[in-house]
Amino acid sequence: MFSNHKYIAFETIVRREIRRFTRIWLQTLVPPAITIGLYFVIFGNLVGSRIGEMGGFQYMEFIVPGLIMMAVIQNSYSNVVSSFFSHKFQHSVEELLVSPVPNYIILSGFIVGGMARGLAVGTIVTVISLFFADLEIQNLFITVTVVLLTSIVFSLAGFINALFANSFDDISIIPTFVLAPLIYLGGVFYSVELLPPFWKFISALNPIFYMVNTFRYGILGASDVDVTWAFFILCVFIVILFTSCIFLLRRGTGLRT
Amino acid sequence: MTLAISIQNLAKTYANGFEALKGISLEVQEGDFFALLGPNGAGKSTTIGVISTLVNKTSGSVEVFGKNVDTHVYETKLDFGVVPQEVNFSLFEKVRDIVMTQAGYYGLPRKLAEQRCEKYLRKLGLWEKRDERSRTLSGGMKRRLMIARALVHEPKLLILDEPTAGVDIELRRSMWEFLTEINNSGTTIILTTHYLEEAEQLCRNIAIIDAGKIVENTSMRKLLNELDSQVYILETTSRIPSGFDLELDNASLEIVDEHCIEVTVSGGLSINEVFALFSKADIKIDSMRNKTNRLEQLFLSKLESND
Ligand SMILES: Nc1ncnc2c1ncn2[C@@H]1O[C@H](COP(=O)(O)OP(=O)(O)OP(=O)(O)O)[C@@H](O)[C@H]1O
Ligand SMILES: [Mg+2]
Repeated sequence: MFSNHKYIAFETIVRREIRRFTRIWLQTLVPPAITIGLYFVIFGNLVGSRIGEMGGFQYMEFIVPGLIMMAVIQNSYSNVVSSFFSHKFQHSVEELLVSPVPNYIILSGFIVGGMARGLAVGTIVTVISLFFADLEIQNLFITVTVVLLTSIVFSLAGFINALFANSFDDISIIPTFVLAPLIYLGGVFYSVELLPPFWKFISALNPIFYMVNTFRYGILGASDVDVTWAFFILCVFIVILFTSCIFLLRRGTGLRT
Repeated sequence: MTLAISIQNLAKTYANGFEALKGISLEVQEGDFFALLGPNGAGKSTTIGVISTLVNKTSGSVEVFGKNVDTHVYETKLDFGVVPQEVNFSLFEKVRDIVMTQAGYYGLPRKLAEQRCEKYLRKLGLWEKRDERSRTLSGGMKRRLMIARALVHEPKLLILDEPTAGVDIELRRSMWEFLTEINNSGTTIILTTHYLEEAEQLCRNIAIIDAGKIVENTSMRKLLNELDSQVYILETTSRIPSGFDLELDNASLEIVDEHCIEVTVSGGLSINEVFALFSKADIKIDSMRNKTNRLEQLFLSKLESND
């Protein structure tokens, strides 16, 4: 009918997603800013001054990249899982399913929505961090790319969670029992150099560990991981998750009876 | 003449093993105003669900304007709009945003979307409510919002699942008028309903579905002709003499007890003629009521003939 139909549909979904999280900014933008601000005060300032150095940097400098990344991960995930599940719950997802919007456009729209929130909160947290530490980004390209790719990965993961979820419990189980441990053990607060060999090995299996450390490399110029390898892992995750989402959408899992 | 919808041997068994559709076939001509009538649980919404891809069919095929919905997903979806039985828009969004978003899903450029949005919100009496959150709308307004939403891409086929359930009489009348107007301007309409009167008012053709099977598929006119026999129950103040008979071709009666009699009238016979015969026989009638409503009667006769 209209040649740029797909683009218009995509833009419509993205607009709707951004409108949602900005409308409820008190639930979506403020809490993460406060929580992470508190981390800066407590761990960075108060405790950090006693810790001294970590991985060759002031403790405050060390945790800032980790905490920014944590905000991006949690908020990308949470935006997609809450928004998509709430469309399922209210049946407004049927508007999309009945319309001629292709699955990959639906998925891309929600991912970009998740990225928008992840990056918005990430930016807020970065601005707050400037009150606590002087950051000089060492490699802008790596910093930006790794944040974008990470945000895509967790938006996709949130989408899968929402597809399978049948209740509001189901959308908090994964963030609490899977995502939180992976983040906290993903090298946000410490360098793996401190860990005994066994735990070093376990950390190496945690994808978040690579994302956090690559981001830290971009900002501080030093990290625990090989950056090329980290980008490879990120891309593999994106391909696997995207394909799975498309497969599930096509099958109608959790959407069509 | 093109078919707006052609359904062949459509069957649906839900995941729990329930057979909601047992192989139905149905054709709706382009331009028709078609009713799908049936009791609760008959399979009306399931049928609409399959057409609109919300329900995965078990077997059979569905074509919209000659194109298979499985192989021509994109084109077929542009051609129809659906008004579902239950509210399915986000309750946190504004009326205008809901319609505009739908327009976006169908690829309408912004300017056109705004025009259409205003046009249909006005037509459905919701323009004043455009900046309200949808949860503040009344039940009837919510239904009209779903109609406006379904029309924003101006589909050739409009499918409505019980559009007038829970809508007051006045509003129902104005909805009927609106739908007739849309149909007159060329849009094919299919609607499901529990009310024979609604189908009678609006529709030219009708299918009756019960327990996942089509039990009748005919024109409204033919169906109503079939339906013209009525059963009345008369209570009398005076005793009915045993062996009393009306001796009329188109009326038969059954004496229930000495003060109650059942009269079946058909073939355009006026109930007045029946009354005249009663008074001739000096039987005073105390009260009269219809034994069954027509819909019930219709279902019974259809189901009997199908068993
Ligand atoms: N998701 C489902 N899982 C199992 N059974 C279902 C499901 N959806 C509907 N059914 C069953 O299928 C049958 C047909 O349901 P459907 O909603 O199509 O009826 P309907 O004709 O629209 O009824 P109503 O007039 O009450 O809206 C019902 O017995 C219903 O319980
Ligand atoms: Mg129904």
